[in-house]
Amino acid sequence: MYGNVDRIEESKEAETGALREEFDRLVADEQRIEPRDWMPEGYRKTLIRQIAQHAHSEIIGMQPEGNWITRAPSLRRKAILIAKVQDEAGHGLYLYSAAETLGVDREDLLDQLHSGRQKYSSIFNYPTLTWADMGAIGWLVDGAAIMNQVPLCRCSYGPYGRAMVRICKEESFHQRQGFEILHTISHGSAAQHDMAQDAVNRFWWPALMMFGPPDADSPHSAQSTAWGIKRFSNDELRQRFVDMCVDQARVLGLQLPDPDLRWNAEREHYDFGAIDWSELNRVIKGDGPCNADRMARRVEAHEEGAWVREAANAYAAKHSRAAEVAA
Amino acid sequence: MTGPAQRGTGEPVSEPNVPTAGSKGWPLWEVFVRARRGLSHQHVGSLHAPDAAMALRNARDVYTRRGEGVSIWVVPAAAITASSPDEKDPFFDPALDKAYRHPTFYDVPEGVSHL
Repeated sequence: MYGNVDRIEESKEAETGALREEFDRLVADEQRIEPRDWMPEGYRKTLIRQIAQHAHSEIIGMQPEGNWITRAPSLRRKAILIAKVQDEAGHGLYLYSAAETLGVDREDLLDQLHSGRQKYSSIFNYPTLTWADMGAIGWLVDGAAIMNQVPLCRCSYGPYGRAMVRICKEESFHQRQGFEILHTISHGSAAQHDMAQDAVNRFWWPALMMFGPPDADSPHSAQSTAWGIKRFSNDELRQRFVDMCVDQARVLGLQLPDPDLRWNAEREHYDFGAIDWSELNRVIKGDGPCNADRMARRVEAHEEGAWVREAANAYAAKHSRAAEVAA
Repeated sequence: MTGPAQRGTGEPVSEPNVPTAGSKGWPLWEVFVRARRGLSHQHVGSLHAPDAAMALRNARDVYTRRGEGVSIWVVPAAAITASSPDEKDPFFDPALDKAYRHPTFYDVPEGVSHL
């Protein structure tokens, strides 16, 4: 963990001293902050919270899709879905690895997830009711995630940016496979088309909420921007996402469920309807359709995996003893 | 550097003899991947594993799902000794005061080629 925690405690006065100046200079020059560099305590805490929440989201995000692996409509779709869910696990691991460079322990992060002290993206608290939801998640949820994540590749904190580069490369497969699923179903029978439309109806608004509260209600954004963690505002990214989806929806032959959606020639953007932020707040507070299920499943998986971890430890201990005896 | 146990790196840490204590789970391994023949191994991240064999297998699954490598090294994070950022300037200073190490230091007369 590069000793950052210690260094910070030893040098509180450094907040305004030479170390602080060096940190500010690096950020202003678009250089990267690396793990053993001095950094303000707030920067470190913000990153830990953000990266951990991001990692938790990847891990919890395996559940809504894992739900359909056994019921995928063909072997091709099943193989793809398994690979995608495996990627989500990998993304979680890249991110936990990045978070640990800030002096936290992976086990502690998991404890905080399991006890509800750290959050994950509220989008994963919605159920996946039909196969078409696999398409809507890939197209809309992964699409929104990519929109959020591409700027993070240039995040001022080196390990986070590097993890995001890997993740973004892999996410584009996720988005395309979702689009392909929806395109196929949408152009199938009338019942299949309706199923695709229903999935988009249910995921559209929660996907828009993934960009976070409106800029006016996002108190930490200014500081994150000043630190080079955040590159674009929530509303900017949300607008880009809407603009991108309108044309894609046309190709899919599906409607976006917003009667107020229309081109604004003056702004050169699509106007869209008001988002129900009370819904987001409700889901974040724990009152979404699947919050309890997701957490119960996660804790259960962790507890039921305990014997595997113990067995691996016992095996490693036995073989290191054998190696000592042989030497 | 006086720090507690080094863990959770993305880069080398100091104090090689400090175990990865503090972690209640498996020790931390740094992962290096050779992308293809002719290139050196490059650091790609870290992971936890109970022993070297499992670390290698986990590294394959986490870091090379799309043919990103032809060879993997895993190194216990606690076994890496690193320079400290605090001594960065004096530590690397001698490299900067010998301009004559660089070819651009020398005047080459007009008309001389292949030099």
